[in-house]
Order: sequence, then C-alpha cells, then structure tokens
Amino acid sequence: MRYIPNTDKELICTMLKEIGVKSIDDLFSDIPEKLRLKEPPDIGIPLDEAELYRIAKEVLSKNVTTEEFLSFLGGGIWDHYVPAAVDEIAAKQEFYTAYTPYQPEISQGALQAIFEYQSLIAELTGMEVVSASHYDWSTALAEAALMSMRINRRSKHLISAAISPERFEVLKTYLSPLGVTIVPLNYERETGFLDLDDLEKKIDDETCMVYVENPNFFGVIDENVVKLADVVHKKGAIFVIGVNTISLGALKPPGEYGADIVVGDGQQLGIYPSFGGPLLGIIATRFDRRFVRQMPGRLVGMTWSKRGVRGYVITLQTREQHIRRERATSNITTNESLMAIRAAVYLSLLGKDGIKSLCEKMLVNTAYLMSRLGSIEGLEVPIFNSKHFQEFLVKSRAKKWSEIQQSLLRKGIFAGIDLNKRFPGFFSELGEVALLATTEIHTKADLDRLVREIEEVMR
Amino acid sequence: MTSYFRQSRWQRKKELIEPTIFELSKGRKRGYYRFSIEEEMLKAVGGVQKLIPEELRRDELNLPNLSEPEVVRHFSRLAEMNYGIDSGPYWLGSCTMKYNPKINEKIAGSSKVRRLHPYQPEETVQGALKIMYELGEMLGKITGLRHWTFQTSAGAHGEYLGCSIIRAYHLDRGEKQRDEMLIPLSAHGSNFASAAMAGFKVVRIPINENGCTDLAALRAAIGDRTAGMMITNPNTLGIFEEEVQEIAELIHGAGGLLYYDGANLNALLGKVLLSAMGVDLAHLNLHKTFSTPHGTGGPGAGAVLVRDGLEDFLPIPVLRERDGRYYFDYKVPKTVGRVKAFYGNFEVLVKAWAYLKTLGTDGLREVSEIAVLNANYALAKLRGLKWVSVEYGGDRPRKHEFVISLKDARSKIDAPALHIAKRLLDYGLHPPTIYFPPVVEEAFMMEPTETDSKEDIDRYVEVMRRILEEELEENPELILNAPHNSSIDRLDEVRAAREPILSWKIYERYYKREKA
Repeated sequence: MRYIPNTDKELICTMLKEIGVKSIDDLFSDIPEKLRLKEPPDIGIPLDEAELYRIAKEVLSKNVTTEEFLSFLGGGIWDHYVPAAVDEIAAKQEFYTAYTPYQPEISQGALQAIFEYQSLIAELTGMEVVSASHYDWSTALAEAALMSMRINRRSKHLISAAISPERFEVLKTYLSPLGVTIVPLNYERETGFLDLDDLEKKIDDETCMVYVENPNFFGVIDENVVKLADVVHKKGAIFVIGVNTISLGALKPPGEYGADIVVGDGQQLGIYPSFGGPLLGIIATRFDRRFVRQMPGRLVGMTWSKRGVRGYVITLQTREQHIRRERATSNITTNESLMAIRAAVYLSLLGKDGIKSLCEKMLVNTAYLMSRLGSIEGLEVPIFNSKHFQEFLVKSRAKKWSEIQQSLLRKGIFAGIDLNKRFPGFFSELGEVALLATTEIHTKADLDRLVREIEEVMR
Repeated sequence: MTSYFRQSRWQRKKELIEPTIFELSKGRKRGYYRFSIEEEMLKAVGGVQKLIPEELRRDELNLPNLSEPEVVRHFSRLAEMNYGIDSGPYWLGSCTMKYNPKINEKIAGSSKVRRLHPYQPEETVQGALKIMYELGEMLGKITGLRHWTFQTSAGAHGEYLGCSIIRAYHLDRGEKQRDEMLIPLSAHGSNFASAAMAGFKVVRIPINENGCTDLAALRAAIGDRTAGMMITNPNTLGIFEEEVQEIAELIHGAGGLLYYDGANLNALLGKVLLSAMGVDLAHLNLHKTFSTPHGTGGPGAGAVLVRDGLEDFLPIPVLRERDGRYYFDYKVPKTVGRVKAFYGNFEVLVKAWAYLKTLGTDGLREVSEIAVLNANYALAKLRGLKWVSVEYGGDRPRKHEFVISLKDARSKIDAPALHIAKRLLDYGLHPPTIYFPPVVEEAFMMEPTETDSKEDIDRYVEVMRRILEEELEENPELILNAPHNSSIDRLDEVRAAREPILSWKIYERYYKREKA
C-alpha cells in the first residue's frame, strides 16, 4: 500500500526481532481467538490512484451543481463566490494537515489565524469574545441555550417561530433531556417582525433566554430587534440573536442592540455549500466573566513568551472536557478550525469596504428580484411588508409552486425551497410558500432569466 | 548537544513575530476586493440606502483594509509558522495523525462536491448520495454494525448522539430510571462530557493492573439504573480489553447497552468486528482512522453505527437505497431527532470514501498490522532508555499506541513530561499527547501510526535518548528553557488565563490602554 513505508519483509523481521516476537500475528495474540476474524471483511479490491480518480469522476458526474444550474436555494446555506485566495491558503499543508494546536510554540500560525478569526467575528457581530468554532449554526444555537441555562439556572426558552426548522429541531434534541420548555414566539403577519406583544405576554421570571434571528428565516430585516434588549433583560433573561453573517456588512451588529450571545454560520465567509458540510458555527458573547466562564468550546488568547515576544495559546481550558470532564461547559473537541481560517482569510481579503460593497450588491439583487417577481400576475411578492436581505417568500396563486419548480428544474434552474414540502408541519400559517435566495454571484441576466422562465410557466 | 531543526520565524521586532491583520492595515487606503453592481439595477431599485431600515444601518465596521497580496503574504507567513503532518512525525496518542492522501483532497475539492446545495432535489445529487451510501456500507462491514448516520461532525458529537440513542432506547422501553453511564477511568475526557450533556450521571469504573476495566468494580457498579457503558478498545493505554465479551455480557445482562468509542479503531481494521465484541453502537472518527485531515482542529466527521434493533432511533433523515436510487427517509419511528442541520460533513465523507477505495479489503489489515508493529517497535526501543518506565500491562503487546511514564525523571527536573515535550520541538518532532491518560503520572501517550517509516521511528527514539540520557544529565537548563528552535520560545499560558485577551478588540480596549 502506497501510504505505508514499512512493507519490506526483511525490515519487518528486524522490527519484530527488536520487539521480541516472531510474527505480526503475535502482536495480536492478546485478542481472544474467537474474536479474531479469519478473513477481513470484503470492501472490494484496492484501486490505484488513476482508477480511483476515474471512478470518483464517474460517480460525481451524476451530481448537478449550482455551477451548472442557476440556483436560488438558501435557507441556511448559500452559494456565494469563494475567492481563489481563500482556497489557496486553506490548501496549505501546514494548516490543513495539522492537529489542534496543543503545542503552541510550534503552532503559532494556526493560533494566530484562529485569534484573528475570533477578532474579525467580534468586530462583525459587535461582540468581544468568540469561540474558535462550532460544528454549525444549529449546534451553536443549542450550545448557546445550554450556556444560558448555566448562567441563570432557568429553564424556559422563548424561540422565534421565524427560524429554520432544522435549527429548531436540533435545539429541541439538545434540550430534551433537561426537562425544559420551548415556547415559540409569533411574528407579525403584516411585517414578519417579532411580535412584541406576544413576547411581553410570554416572558416571565422563569425565562432563560429569548432567541430571535435577524434577518429571520424569511429574509425579513426585523426592525423590532432593537426594541428587545430592555424587555428581555428586565426579566433577567438572556438575549440571543442569530445572524446572517454577511448581512452585518450593512446591518447594525447585535452587540449594538443589546445581544448577550450571537450565533450564526460562517459558511457565507469563504466556505462552499458542499452538500451541507463542513460549516462554521459561530458563538460570540460579551467580555463579561459570567458569560466567558460558561462559554463552550475552545478559545485562543494572546500572551507573551518568556523572552517577551507576543504569541498565542489555547486558553481558559479549565472549561473544557479534557480537564473538566462531565463538568465541562461542552463536550466539543474537534471543531471546524480550518473553516474558521477560511473565514479569517475571507474577511481580511474583503475588508471593510469589500464586505460593504458585497452587502450592497446583495441588497440590490434582493430588491430587484423581489420587485420583478412581484410584477408577475398570480405571484405574491413580498409576503411581508418589510425590507429583505438575501431571501424572501413567494406565494403563487395561479399554480402550485411545486409545479413551477419542476418546470424550472427542467430548464436548469433550482427555484428555491418549497417550505411546506421541505418542512411539513412548520409554517402552515403561511399557506403554500417558497423561499428564494440570491447571492452576489447572480447577474442581472440571471435574475431576469428566472423571472422570464416563471412568467412562461405561469402563462 | 545540537539540534539543527529550525522552524520559520518571521520576526519583525524584538517583541513581535507577525503583526495581526489589524495592525497590518493601519493607515491608508489600499486596493480592495470589490463587487460591482450593474447601473441599470441600481436605478431600478432606486439606490442602496433606502433598502436598509434607518434604525438598523451600520455606522462603523472595524475590519482591515488590505490588498490581496498583503493578505496572502500574511497568511502564508502564518502557515510557515505551523507544523503539519506533512512536516514530520506527529505522535499524538489517540489522535491517529496519519498521512492525508492527496488524491482524497483532489476529489473532495471538485466543484461536483463543493457546489452542491443540501436542498437540491434528490435526483440531482445521486452521485453524492451514492458516495455516502457506499461509505456507510463499507463501515458497516468493517464494524459489523449495519445501520449508520453521518450527521455528526466529530467524535464527541458522535458520543453525544450515541448517548442520546441509549437514552431514547430506555425511555422507549419504559425504563426511565436508567440514568447512569459507566465509564472507565482511562477513557477520553469527552466521554464524560458527552454522557453528561445527554442527561446521564457518570459512574467512573476503576482499571486493574493490566490497565483494563476492573471487572469486580464493574459488577459492583452495575444495577437497575445502568443505562450503558462507554468503552474504548484498545483503551487509551493501547491495551486490548481482553475481557470485552464479559463486559458486554455484564452490561447486557443488566439491561444496558455497550457503546464503543472509535478513536482507537486504527488497531483493529480487518482484525475484529465491533459486533463480535458485543458492541451495540459506536462512533468512528473518519478524521483519525480513515485518513481525513484535522485542519488545525477540524472539520472531522463522526460516523455513528448501530446494530439491528437500534436503527429506529437514528437521527433523521436516514439515507436509503431502492433499485439503485438513493433517497433520504424522514420517517424514522423513534428518532432522537436531529443533532445537526443537513446530512453531515460531506466533503470529509468523500475523503474517507476515497481512502477506503484505495485500501480495499487487503489494505485494511495492512494498516492495522503496521500501525501495531510500529507502536510496539517504538515501545521496545524506548523501554530501554533511562528514566522511562511503563506502567500497566507489563510486557503484553500494545496495539496502535502506548504510554510511557517519565515520572522517574522528576529526580532531575519538575514536570518532566511537559519540559521534555517542549524539547522535542527543537528537533522538529511533534510531541506525543502528554499527561494523558491521567492514570499514568508524567505520561507520554505515543502513536506513530502506519505512515511513519522505521527511520522516522529510529530518529524519534534517538532524539528521546539524547534528551533523556545526555541533555538531562549535562544541561537540564536546555530542556527547562526549551523550545529554542521553534517560531517562538516558551509561552506563558498562566498569564493567558489570568488576563484573557481573546480578541483584538479586547486587547485594544482593555489591555493596551492599561499598558499605556
């Protein structure tokens, strides 16, 4: 096998002699006879590299990509452009083949890159402390809920109904053994904003945390979020905000409207959709002892060496599983570090002006597509009377969206997510609606093409 | 004693190796990464400003402003100050730092992998589903556990899911009182944390002089509150738990389930089926045994596999095949729910699939045999060195890893494992896992894997000999002040914890001002 250097029989004999055994089998002699397999399980003949490449290509050719089809899919993962420089840096062996930087003196590159990731996300979200990464947005949300419970020892969670059903389900799984209640918060039917009256009604002294997304799952920029902090804090609850990370290039950061914890996915920041993973879970919080001590996951901090040189180490490890065991703030070990490095490169590359110009392009694309679709007879766009970022809902009065979707698929277009079909049991109050997303990769011609094709189908 | 290795050190000033990206961008404007908006569209929507509600407009954003070459140089310099497997030996016990095949990266980097959206219609992702399915089937054969999910992103995530399945299983049988998870003292720290997260009380099981689970203690701990046991085999001492079948019988007899932590599976490929050991469910770390890279901490991927009878508890959706067509099944009657959005770290799965296709049936055994050979060879050579002792297990063969103790060197220096690990850095060797498992004092937990050569092992041992038998005698200061040849000298971790500077903002807001 070409990945194994020690295959020479004579060499193996020398090594066995040094060990003091006669054969490799002797090294397995402690395994009870009846457990030992006579033959290894059949997983097929070994392929040489050229064969493997050919077969992989053949299998993968059955996939249709968002490079080949025009895609308006979103709902938690978006098909943004990934700058070539991001791929280049992430492909450096010093980054991608390294382990967790447990030996800081020989791992300054990874540690500084992760520190910079933490710092860049802190700027973007308006928070101060950011963990080194979590699996994805959904698990980051679950961990934020557990963190909130450790902070105020309460057990009622108020969760906006305008979030991704997958995130909601993950949260439910993580909270299920703990005997807590999850109460959904309504959104206003007119605007899609969080319903403030509903919040006032449901929040009480048992409330652990209030979770709202901005923009929400429907792409609505929620103008009520700026009014929430006082209501939430007055009851001693923790205010958690979920963000579309890229939107923060243009939108006020949650740190400026009183959020205690911010969660989200860094997938938009230089990470491919890759059929759903790997992603980049973000947890950010305030530089407040009460919060930092309960933070889950790894943290990189700045320090100095014996000779006074500035450097970086993994710090506050007494929160972590390898030291604290069952009293740890989380079980997380392997995280999504390389994705965090991708995000750091991406944000550095775009910088302040770049991300602003990206946001502007996305805002324009969103508004343009909404207004064009809104002018099609039989389509209802917008559903909510509010500003949108990246995503919006479409309702078809004349024809079922699933039929429109099918026709468009034949023309090489992924026409969004049919919410009722994808998430049965959620959003039934909205009737039959679809969620459409756009990114900066769409040109005017792309958007016009979608509009034209829908018009044709509707006719 | 001379060590010739030198790691890159892009030192700019006496007190600084590489400025942060924020420091680099101070001052003036530069060329930047711009996205262009078509004029016609801008006109159609009536300008950008009115697209954002006034209340929510962002005024300030402190991100760097650098041109592309400046950014690329910065991160390239950082990369040079980092040690990867392609740099050299990386004997981190229980981490299985084996070579990451390049063809796997090439395949997984294809746009046919990366440019797939998880909500695409199933007929447009049949290739992706086929790869996942084939990987699941291969892992099913390797473990003897036939049902699987890839939703978990890491080993600990898999443990959490495993514990959740155990919990759901007992609840389903109306045995709510089963709230205790048994875990041997030598287990990975994450086992304890995962069990606690899934709502269990942890019961620690002592180990015997062979380093294996103490059966008498296990018998005493088992009861009608026992939900299950989490076992690592070979355990973290690198010793095969010979009595695993008895353990399984005891756990099953008491109505519990046996969970297998797959971190150490590299010793058993093609040798033993987990199902034969009596394992009910397990996670495998694809980023250990199955060669996918660790990426400075992740992404990994944890497959969770279960035996017949537990498949109804798997998270949704479950991938199935009918007449050559692959589809997700969301109707899983007793599902624990979801533990992550979407279907798992697909890019990582592609790499593990490519690895197994390269190994084939014969390669499986070769991997484990040479991994075990390398470990025992390294141990045989290290055993003879001064200050090295081996606790537990006597001279029975180890599996893919082993643990030595440097506690005798305490007569020379304090905390010898820590300092000697730092001195290894000076020779361009990544140290082993230190101070783990906690049952061994001054532990060095070492795992050469099958992808290191005999020459690599001989050199590692020779360096250890020099440090222990020459440097420690002649010049202990050299060791206490190590490392000397890495990008930076010994870092002050105590200070980092006492004054946590966790972001550039914290440094600028609180620390810099104080200093001034």
